[in-house]
Amino acid sequence: MLTAILLGFLFALFLVFAGKFFKGKLAVVSSIIPLSLFIYFASFIPRISSGEVIRRTYEWVPSFGVNLGFSLDGLSLLFSLMITGIGFLVYVYTSTYLKNHQYLDRFYAYLSVFMGAMLGLVLSDNIISMFVFWELTSISSFFLIGFNNTSEASRKSALTALGITGFGGFSLLAGALLLGSMAGTYSITEMLSMKEALAGHEFYILAVIFIFGAAFTKSAQFPFHFWLPGAMKAPTPVSTYLHSATMVKAGVYLLMRFTPVLGDTNFWNTTLISVGAITMLYSAVHTLFRTDLKGVLAYSTISALGILVFLIGLGSQGAFLAAAVFIIVHALYKATLFLVTGVIDLQSGTRNVTVLAGLRKVMMPVAVAGILAAISSAGIPPSIGFLGKELTYEASTHSTGLVIVIVAAIVLTKILLLYAGFVAGIKPFTGKLPEKFSEVKMPGPLMWVPPLLLAILGIVFGIFPALIESSLVKPVVTALSKDASDIHLALWHGFNTVLILSIITIVVGILLYLFLKPSEKLENRIGKLEPVSPESILKKLTYFFAVFSKFWTNVFQNGYLRNYVTTIVLFLVILVGYIFIGNSRLVIDHTQLSQITAYELAVTIILIGGVFYTVFTRSRIGAVAAMGVVGLAICLLFVFYSAPDLAMTQFSIDTLTVILFVLVLYRLPKYLVLSDYKMRIRDGILSLTFGGLISLLALQVLAEPVNSDIGDFYAKNAYLMAHGKNVVNVILVDFRGTDTLIEISVLAIAAIGVYGLLKLRVKSSDRPN
Amino acid sequence: MKTLILKTASNYLLPVLLVFSVFILLRGHYLPGGGFVGGLIAAIAFVLHAFANGLDKSKDLLKIHPGFLMPVGLGLAFMSGIAPVVGLDDPFMTGLWFPDPFPVIGNVGSALFFDIGVYLVVVGVTLTIIFTISESA
Repeated sequence: MLTAILLGFLFALFLVFAGKFFKGKLAVVSSIIPLSLFIYFASFIPRISSGEVIRRTYEWVPSFGVNLGFSLDGLSLLFSLMITGIGFLVYVYTSTYLKNHQYLDRFYAYLSVFMGAMLGLVLSDNIISMFVFWELTSISSFFLIGFNNTSEASRKSALTALGITGFGGFSLLAGALLLGSMAGTYSITEMLSMKEALAGHEFYILAVIFIFGAAFTKSAQFPFHFWLPGAMKAPTPVSTYLHSATMVKAGVYLLMRFTPVLGDTNFWNTTLISVGAITMLYSAVHTLFRTDLKGVLAYSTISALGILVFLIGLGSQGAFLAAAVFIIVHALYKATLFLVTGVIDLQSGTRNVTVLAGLRKVMMPVAVAGILAAISSAGIPPSIGFLGKELTYEASTHSTGLVIVIVAAIVLTKILLLYAGFVAGIKPFTGKLPEKFSEVKMPGPLMWVPPLLLAILGIVFGIFPALIESSLVKPVVTALSKDASDIHLALWHGFNTVLILSIITIVVGILLYLFLKPSEKLENRIGKLEPVSPESILKKLTYFFAVFSKFWTNVFQNGYLRNYVTTIVLFLVILVGYIFIGNSRLVIDHTQLSQITAYELAVTIILIGGVFYTVFTRSRIGAVAAMGVVGLAICLLFVFYSAPDLAMTQFSIDTLTVILFVLVLYRLPKYLVLSDYKMRIRDGILSLTFGGLISLLALQVLAEPVNSDIGDFYAKNAYLMAHGKNVVNVILVDFRGTDTLIEISVLAIAAIGVYGLLKLRVKSSDRPN
Repeated sequence: MKTLILKTASNYLLPVLLVFSVFILLRGHYLPGGGFVGGLIAAIAFVLHAFANGLDKSKDLLKIHPGFLMPVGLGLAFMSGIAPVVGLDDPFMTGLWFPDPFPVIGNVGSALFFDIGVYLVVVGVTLTIIFTISESA
C-alpha cells in the first residue's frame, strides 16, 4: 500500500530526469500510473464490501507515536477509486489539452505529486501523517493553480488558495495535536473506542473547531469559499481533478472520517447543518449571476460541497447514504461538465455562456456528454443524479428540528443547481450556431472520450444502481459506524412526498432555465455587492496587516545601533527587574566582609574616575583610553582576589579591545553631538538602572547557597586524573574540553563573519537598487 | 604612529613576546596561563609590530594569512579529542599522557595539543579581525 501511495511521488521524481521524453507523443503513456492504481484499488472491492478493513503500519517516528498507518475501509476505497479513476481520465485528457506545452512534464509531475498526496490523505490512519499529506495537497494545488505563472491573476489566485488552505492545514495540525493529547494516541482507529470520553472532554469543542477550520477551508465552505472560484485560473484538467472531484472533497472526507469519533453531538450537527446550508444556498444563488462557464461550475461545486457538509450534519443513516451516493454523482457529472467546458474553451476560444450556442452541430459527442451530465446534475431519471436527489430529500424530510426550513433550503438549492447544470451542459450546445463558431473543429478522441465515458457511467449507474450498491455505497455507510444491511438502492421509490418534491424541483428548474438567461447585466449587478464579500474583507485585512507590519518593523528595525542597544537593555531591565522585585532575598552579612585595604581603595577610586572620564569626555580616543583604564583596574581587582588566570586574560583582552576601538574610531569624523540633553538623561538613567540591577543580581547570586561539590571534585582530581596543577586550565582543556572546542569554533565563525562583512561587501556601484 | 623608538623596540619585542606567549602556553597546566592567554599575547605581539612598522610589513613577516591558523588550530584540537576514540576506543576527549616527563616542557599529553590548538585559533581569530578592520577603516 505504501508503494501505491509513493508511486505518484516517485513518478514525479522520475519526470525531473526523464521529463523531456514525456513531453511529446508519449505523454499519454503516463496515464498508466493512475490506471494501474485504479485497478489495484478496485481489486480490494470484494474484500471491503464483505466488511473487511485492510490495515498496514510502517514505523516512521515511533518515539513520537507518529507512524505511517494506513487503513482501507469503505470510505477510503470510494475516495481512492475516485482519485485514481478520474485521475486516469484527466491524465489522458491533459495529453491533448496541453499538447506540446512547454512545461507538460512539469504539469504531470505536479499532478502525480497531488495524486500521491491525496491517496495518502484518504488512506492515513494516523492524524499526523494525514496532516502531512493534507499540506502536500495544498502545495501541489498551489503549483497547479499558478501553472500559468506568467499571468499575474494566476499567481494571485494561487497565493489566495494557498493562504486559505494553509490556514486550514494549520488548524488541522492544531486539532490533530489536541486530539492526540486528549486521546493519548494519533491513530483514528484507536480513537473510535474513546468516543464518549472525547465528547465529554473539556477541550472537545476546541478540537472540533480546529477540525472544522481545516475542513471548511479545504472544502470551500462559507466564508472561506472564495479561493475556489479564483482557483479556476488553473488549466481545466486541474479544475476538474483538484477543484471539483477530489481535493476540495478532502474537507468532506475529513468530516466523514471524524464523524464516528467526534460526531453525533449537538454542536457538531448544528454547526455542520448551518454552515452547509448557508454555503449551498449562497453559492447556488451566485451561479445565477455568472457568465463564465467555469465560474458557474465553481459556484455549483461549492454548493454541492455545502450539500455534502449539510448531509453529514444531519447525521442519520439516510443522510450518510445520500452523501455517499451524492459524492459519486457529483464526481461523475461535475468532472464531465468541466472536461466539456475545457473542450469548448480550447476549440472555440471562449467560455462566455452568453455567446456560446449550437455547438452540437460541430462536436456531437461532446454535446452528448454535456447533456447527459446536465441531466444527471438536474436529477432527472434515469440518471444516478435522480437517485442522489431522492436520497437527499428523503434524508431531509426525516430530519429532526426545523424540517420545513431544511427541506425548503435543499429544494431551493437543487433548483438552482439544475439551472447551473443546464447552463453549463446544455446551453452551449443548443440553439442556432453563430456564424463565428462554424469553423470550430472537433477535438481529438482523447479529449471527448473521457467526458463521454463519465457521463455514460452516470446513466448506467442510475439504471443499474446495484452496480454500486454493495461495492461502494454500503461500505461507506458501514465505515461511518451505521448499520448498512437494510440499504437498497432503486430508482423507483413509489409515489410519495419525495417524488412530489422531485417533480417540483425539475419543473421549476426548467422554467427558470427557460426564462432567465445569463447576461452580463446580472453579473455587473452582483458586482456591486463585492465590497462586503468575505473576499474583499480578507483582502483589506491582509492590507492592514502589511501596513502594520511595515510600521512595526520601522519602529524596531530602524538601523540605529544605539536604538537596538536601548531596546535590548530596556527589555532586560524590565524583565529581570520584574522577577527580581518579587523574589529578592538580598541579605548582606556585614560581619563576613573583610577589611578594605588601602590599595583596594586606590584601585576603586581610579576605576570610578575612569568611568566618569569615559562618560563626560568630549574626545573619542580619550573615552577609549579611559575605558582601558577601567578594564585594567578590574584586572588588578582580580589579582587581589587571587584569580590570576582571569586577570591575565582580561588584561590581554582589554589591550586588544582598546586597539580595536582606536582602529575603528581613528577614521571617524570629529566628535559630533548626536544626542540632545533629554536623550542623554534618558540614556543615563537607563544605564544606571541596568548597572545597578546587574550589581544587585551579582549580590543575589552570592547570597544563594553554594554547592561546592563540583569545585571540590575538580580541585581534587585535577592532578590525579589530568596531571595538572592549574585547576582552571585543566577544566578548560580537559574536564570541559568539548565546551572549549565548541567555543573556539564559535570564535572562528565570528572571525569569518567579520572578514566576510568587511572584505566581501558589495561595492555601492554593483548594488542592486 | 611611526616613531623610531617604537619601531626599533617592536623589532626586539616581537620575538620576546612570542617566546613569552609560548612560555605562558606551556606553563598553563601547572601555573596561571594557557592557550587562550598565550594566543592573545602572541596576537598582541603582532599587532604591536603592525602598529610600528605598518600592516604590510607584518603581513610579509607572517607569510600566510592569519585566517589559515583557525582551521589548523581547530583541526589540532579536534584531533587531540578524537585520538583516544580512534586509537584506544576510549570516550571522546579522554586524556592521553606520555609516561615520563620531557625535559623543560614537563608532562606531555593530549591536553597540551588541545591547548596548542586553542592558541592557534585565538591568534588566527584575533589577527584576522584586527587586520581586516584596520585595512578597511
